Amino acid sequence: MKSTVIKEPSMVQQKEMISDHFQKLSEAPERGQKVVYTFVPGNLTELMLGFGTLPVHPEINALQSGMRKLSGDYIGAAERVGHSEDVCTYVKCDIGMLLDGNVGPTGKKLPDPDLLLLSYTGCFTFMKWFELLRERYDCPVAMLHVPYQADGEATEEMIAYVTKQLETEVIPKLEEVTGVAYDRERVREHLERSRIAEDDLVAVLEAAKHRPSPIDAYFGGVYYIGPMFTAFRGTEAAGAYYRQLRSEVDARVAAGQGPITPEGLLDEERFRIVVEGPPNWTHFREFWKMFYDEGAVVVASTYTKVGGVYDRGFRHDPDRPLETLAEYCLGCYTNLNLPTRVDMIADYVRDYAADGFLINSIKSCNSFSAGQLVMLRQIEDATGIPGGFIETDLVDPRYFSASNVKNRLESYFQMLQQRGSGLEAESA
Amino acid sequence: MGVAPIIDRCHALLEDLDLACVSEWKAAGEGRRAVGFLPVYIPRELIHAAGALPVGILGAGEELEIVRGDACFQSYICHLPRSVVELGLRGKLDALDGVLFPSTCDVIRNLSGIWKMMFPDKEAIYFDVPQNLDPKVGGVFYRDMLAEIVTRLQRLVGRDVSEDDLRGSIAAYNTSRRLVRELYDLRAAEPWRVPTSETYLLLRAGMRLPVEEHNEMLTHYLAEVRDEDRALRDNARIVVTGTFCEQPSLSLVRTLEHAGCYVVDDDLMLVTRWYGPDIPTEGDPLEAIAGAWIDADDETPCRYVADGKRKGQQLVDSVQRCGAEGVIFAAPSFCDPALLDRPMLQAVLDEEGIAYTSFKYSENTAQLQPIREQAGTFADTIKLWSDA
Ligand code: SF4
Ligand code: SF4
Repeated sequence: MKSTVIKEPSMVQQKEMISDHFQKLSEAPERGQKVVYTFVPGNLTELMLGFGTLPVHPEINALQSGMRKLSGDYIGAAERVGHSEDVCTYVKCDIGMLLDGNVGPTGKKLPDPDLLLLSYTGCFTFMKWFELLRERYDCPVAMLHVPYQADGEATEEMIAYVTKQLETEVIPKLEEVTGVAYDRERVREHLERSRIAEDDLVAVLEAAKHRPSPIDAYFGGVYYIGPMFTAFRGTEAAGAYYRQLRSEVDARVAAGQGPITPEGLLDEERFRIVVEGPPNWTHFREFWKMFYDEGAVVVASTYTKVGGVYDRGFRHDPDRPLETLAEYCLGCYTNLNLPTRVDMIADYVRDYAADGFLINSIKSCNSFSAGQLVMLRQIEDATGIPGGFIETDLVDPRYFSASNVKNRLESYFQMLQQRGSGLEAESA
Repeated sequence: MGVAPIIDRCHALLEDLDLACVSEWKAAGEGRRAVGFLPVYIPRELIHAAGALPVGILGAGEELEIVRGDACFQSYICHLPRSVVELGLRGKLDALDGVLFPSTCDVIRNLSGIWKMMFPDKEAIYFDVPQNLDPKVGGVFYRDMLAEIVTRLQRLVGRDVSEDDLRGSIAAYNTSRRLVRELYDLRAAEPWRVPTSETYLLLRAGMRLPVEEHNEMLTHYLAEVRDEDRALRDNARIVVTGTFCEQPSLSLVRTLEHAGCYVVDDDLMLVTRWYGPDIPTEGDPLEAIAGAWIDADDETPCRYVADGKRKGQQLVDSVQRCGAEGVIFAAPSFCDPALLDRPMLQAVLDEEGIAYTSFKYSENTAQLQPIREQAGTFADTIKLWSDA
């Protein structure tokens, strides 16, 4: 059913951008370019670009270590120096990588940070993570406290608080580290580019409303669609990338084609699924295969929204640079309360005409996972569709039991089929 | 009369999982309301000023079998949220009219959403303690938030809260803080006279009783305990840390004592033990509460320490101030804040040459023998070295 491996121009473009980024990072100390370590949710990419800095995202290092099968050793190394087996494995994977020389995915050492930009949107562990890194690097920390949308909205007070912190904490530290003055116009230009790319991104994500869906909005979403948005949002290259991606996806829609998987085009969409929670990275391909072998396509996912909920209407507003960044930070997925997350997933199930929804509960991530079983029942009530539940981890290979996950997925898909969902049931 | 009747009363309060004492308090006056709160930090003054009873929600300890709460959570999570949900589903928190969820960690944060979905009829207020400690930034946000909480409490109780109400409550809690400090100072000076199993019970009683009554109880205990004839043992003087949120059972606390430890400082029931100075009772009371938080350099794993060089300093200070000989890191299993902090604090203790040991617990840990052995060995080692 699947043909040969497909490499579309956007995939080549993405690969080049990423390798160029790591090349620049390895040369940054020589060139005197400043390096800022920061997190994906609530990232201040446009602001950082405005100061000419290069970002490093420790979570991305951790997930790449997971994909390169290094995370198990890194986690072990962190545990041997006293980190508990109970805590977030992203943190331990990063610490282990650091202990091992901080070598990035291209085999080159990552530069030390000139600034730790701690914008802890949606997860308290970020705070501990940078306290831990601070012990190892002699550099300043800029801390940005982003209040939680506990009542389902970002209030004026919250926006004012975050904006004020950008003015009094983040910008002065970026100025101090880079020796560059804050240039509103420059940030505005980056935000303008982001806004345009955001339109293209949303068009790509919403293309999944077509039947068959031309994209996989989870595995494909994190592998092909999302990554550019973190380090590159606001650059011309990111704009070009999303234009290209959108045109490829439009072409697939016109041709009635399904998504591209590692084994080629998926030619039969049997189940349309919404997924909540991050993926497992240590067995990413194997995990994905469990879906596409069954003809299951993820039509919407929440994990692709940790870096912003553009499909729910948010766009960066170039004319209000700091306020818009504040609103962006406040609106990232894990900063939304559980009832909002439930509504969002239930809307996805309806809007994307999904047959089912699945929660991948990450063992070591309380931010995502605490309460997901309650969410499951609420979404079931709201949609009338039974949900599936599996437990894995982001990067700890000890917590991925392939046979167990496969069994659960197979039974879930079988159950969907029996209750009259999916392509075969429809055509029967 | 001695301390026994006081401690018996505390014990009864600890076991009162149905919050009968809260229901009784409510029944004793027209329109009385009770507002619960989760650990670690809540300005209880606000609830008190609204004429409501602040009630600490600390899980079910070892008292309750968790059945329905387990079905709400994944396996890798601390025990507290399971037992809170269990208590709620079994109707044991029915006496509460609302609950405050402080921004302690992702678990309590998400619990606020679970609460909203499971108990939509009860007011759920999230309390986002600022991590930015600039008075003009975090201070302003904090004051705004306090004002918002007062507005919501006013709606809940159906009456206005005046500045004088707030000042009166600040004064009552200043007294409480002073008494708790006195209790802790006395225990640090004469730990054989003031066992931790008693200080713990006393502080937990403060999670149920009106502050005035609790202040009387503390005053009474402090007067009586000085006359208690209790034998001095050759125990090791220990600081216990990591117990700020999910509380260990009373049996676990006693186990440490039986293992030969005099606990001379701890972070149990932190809400009652805010180290900072008294909160001013003049001026704008909300600003005073916000300012006191900003100024206090209290260190807990849920509070960002802006100056990396100060990280762990409070623990070292506590060891020195209380003349402790070692530290026990007792963290709830799966508690990210405590467990991620631990290596940083241990590094500071290493530098200072302070001995420590670590274990994990949960509020319902039944197997106490391994903890007893570990704490006993630690205490023995300390005594051996200090006698050498
Ligand atoms: S707890 Fe979850 S959201 Fe937080 S850093 Fe770890 S993996 Fe990321
Ligand atoms: S015990 Fe730790 S993880 Fe659990 S609720 Fe408390 S602070 Fe959070």
